[in-house]
Amino acid sequence: MRSRLLGMIRKEFIQMWRDRLTVGMMLSMPMMILVIIGWAINTDVKHMATAVLDQSRTPESRDLLTAFTNSQYFNLDYHVDSYEEITRLVDSGSAKVGIVLPPDYARALKQQRVAQIQVIVDASDPMVATSAINAANAIGQVGSLKIASEMLQRSTGRVPPPTPLDVRVRAWYNPDLVSSIFIIPGLLSFILMQTTITIIAMVVVRERERGTLEALIVSPLRRWELMIAKIVPNVVIAYAQMTLALVFGVWAFGIPVRGSLILLYFLSLFFIMGTLGLGILLSTIARTQQQAMQLAYFIFVPSVYLSGVLFPIEGMPPLARTVAYVIPLTYYVEIIRGIMLKGIGISYLWKHLLVLATIGVVLITASILRFHKKLG
Amino acid sequence: MAELDLNDYAVITKGLTKRFGEIVAVDHVDLRIKRGEIYGFLGPNGAGKSTTIRMLCGLMDATEGSGYVLGHDIAAEPERIKEKIGYMSQRFSLYEDLTVRENLDFYASLYSVPNGIKRVRIEQMVQMADLTGREGTLAAHLSGGWKQRLALGCSIIHKPELLFLDEPTAGVDPVSRRNFWDLIYRLSEEGITIVATTHYMDEAEHCDSLGFIYQGRMTAQGSREEIKANALKGQVIEIECHPMREATIFLETLPGVAEVVRFGNTIHVVTEDRSLSPADVEARLTVENLKVSRVEAAIPSIEDIFIAFVGLADRRSLRAQLKRMREREL
Ligand SMILES: Nc1ncnc2c1ncn2[C@@H]1O[C@H](COP(=O)(O)OP(=O)(O)OP(=O)(O)O)[C@@H](O)[C@H]1O
Ligand SMILES: [Mg+2]
Repeated sequence: MRSRLLGMIRKEFIQMWRDRLTVGMMLSMPMMILVIIGWAINTDVKHMATAVLDQSRTPESRDLLTAFTNSQYFNLDYHVDSYEEITRLVDSGSAKVGIVLPPDYARALKQQRVAQIQVIVDASDPMVATSAINAANAIGQVGSLKIASEMLQRSTGRVPPPTPLDVRVRAWYNPDLVSSIFIIPGLLSFILMQTTITIIAMVVVRERERGTLEALIVSPLRRWELMIAKIVPNVVIAYAQMTLALVFGVWAFGIPVRGSLILLYFLSLFFIMGTLGLGILLSTIARTQQQAMQLAYFIFVPSVYLSGVLFPIEGMPPLARTVAYVIPLTYYVEIIRGIMLKGIGISYLWKHLLVLATIGVVLITASILRFHKKLG
Repeated sequence: MAELDLNDYAVITKGLTKRFGEIVAVDHVDLRIKRGEIYGFLGPNGAGKSTTIRMLCGLMDATEGSGYVLGHDIAAEPERIKEKIGYMSQRFSLYEDLTVRENLDFYASLYSVPNGIKRVRIEQMVQMADLTGREGTLAAHLSGGWKQRLALGCSIIHKPELLFLDEPTAGVDPVSRRNFWDLIYRLSEEGITIVATTHYMDEAEHCDSLGFIYQGRMTAQGSREEIKANALKGQVIEIECHPMREATIFLETLPGVAEVVRFGNTIHVVTEDRSLSPADVEARLTVENLKVSRVEAAIPSIEDIFIAFVGLADRRSLRAQLKRMREREL
């Protein structure tokens, strides 16, 4: 039994090695995506059409608006008199950004209070949103520093607030603001799933297509031995892909990893097993590699659109939301975002673990049962 | 089935049947394959040879009927059978992206050949297949004959008691085919029972026993000698004459003639019994003003014999099918 299983696993690794091109592509796919998205992050959108509602109309408020202009990100094209006008301009798309300065702006600063500035951003275009938010925040910080030091020089005896300019950004149309940082972990999970399913379905269907499956079936090799031998090398590859993506993401793009990596790797196993089970299940239905690919797309398309990778689940209609919660990727995306971006631990994620483990067990059992060690 | 049968026979089946929907691929086949013999399983394309072998190897379940392989019930104990048999499929089942040695090594481990013996066994197989010096070549880069011998090596690396060969010589050049049968003899001398399917009728000469299958049904089975002796009640007469068309039409209407077949320049006449002699035929042709250059009794080929077992109605289409297959391979 040991000889059979080890021999089979060794064979799978040799075949993978012979097919280095495919494996190489798998491993580098996440990096390619990171580079593309990372490049998008760094693409600044400048000179955004901006509508200004300056209710203060003081030298102080004009100072601040000059700072916005000087940053080159904002073109103060519209000076308006009411909030409704800003709404109209942003709604119609004439302005991408709206800036609202309160009537008591100058007074607040003189009294060493915090002055609140509202920045409205049309976030339906994430590129605009990212640029606008980053620029507005930067202006707020630099401005705060300058004003705080001025306050100290005037030394009225009161301790000035550390950040006198409070820039409040409102992202319209996309309230969760699916920013690139937010999308990356989700996309990486999707690629992990995509490559894992594709490769395992391919290697199983290939045995059938080339007639070698017959030789395996007439041999004493057991069904579960065949499955394990197909799964093990793919788990190794999946982890290698994930590790490369993480290292690259952290090193090149500063993607944070706030939670426990060990937990992430542990939970990933259940996701990987589930996707491998799904891949084998596909291979029991498909007769050719081409069919396997086509079938795989039936899984990929709903997965990428409904799992929250691109659009927040909360914003989906009820039916889509129901579907979302039977897709394994949904849970994994929440896990990976939770661990990387929010730093949450198992106390929040045990439900996800349970669901993924259940899906994994069901899929692998189903695939073993469906994988008749018979031809017809 | 009587107890003693199981020990004398490597394969016994009773009413073995396989249906694919409407198609009856194998129709109540009763096989008797003795231990130690070379059994040739003959039939044209689509006759049901592969399907029968697949049921015996545990690749497919029978729709109906029963079978025993090496004393084990094919329905109840397929796993026991698997350890003791070797199977070389019509498609050779080699991993093209593995080297010669890796293929052998893999199949050895599939059958749990112990590590100590494995190296020796692989070496033997490499020598047998005449692949010395090519151990590191990818199977994809081997030509037909080598691929075939490597596939044979892979299927016997665990020293099976019974070896199934499904069209082992299909698509292989004549020299390789001869070499291959030499290898099969050697295996047979070692005591391995061999079951080989083929649609090359001439390969029947290599076998101890023969089974003929046509449209899923066994038409005849027995030792080669027996079959040859009993098959034909009539005889085969070879004729060369001119013009051939008229001669053929005339012969077809001649009483006592069962079948008229043209092979290139010669006409084969199979008679219904011994009453029509070559001399008679020559006389009748001459009377018809046909120019006869040769008429003589011929040794019936295996194809003639096979045909003889098939109902009259099917003979013409079977001949045509066999002819097409022959031509395709040339
Ligand atoms: N899996 C299958 N599904 C449906 N029909 C099948 C299947 N396998 C075989 N058949 C049909 O059963 C019949 C017997 O096929 P089989 O492969 O056993 O013939 P064969 O004697 O091996 O012929 P060949 O010389 O072409 O290998 C054919 O009509 C074939 O089309
Ligand atoms: Mg066949």
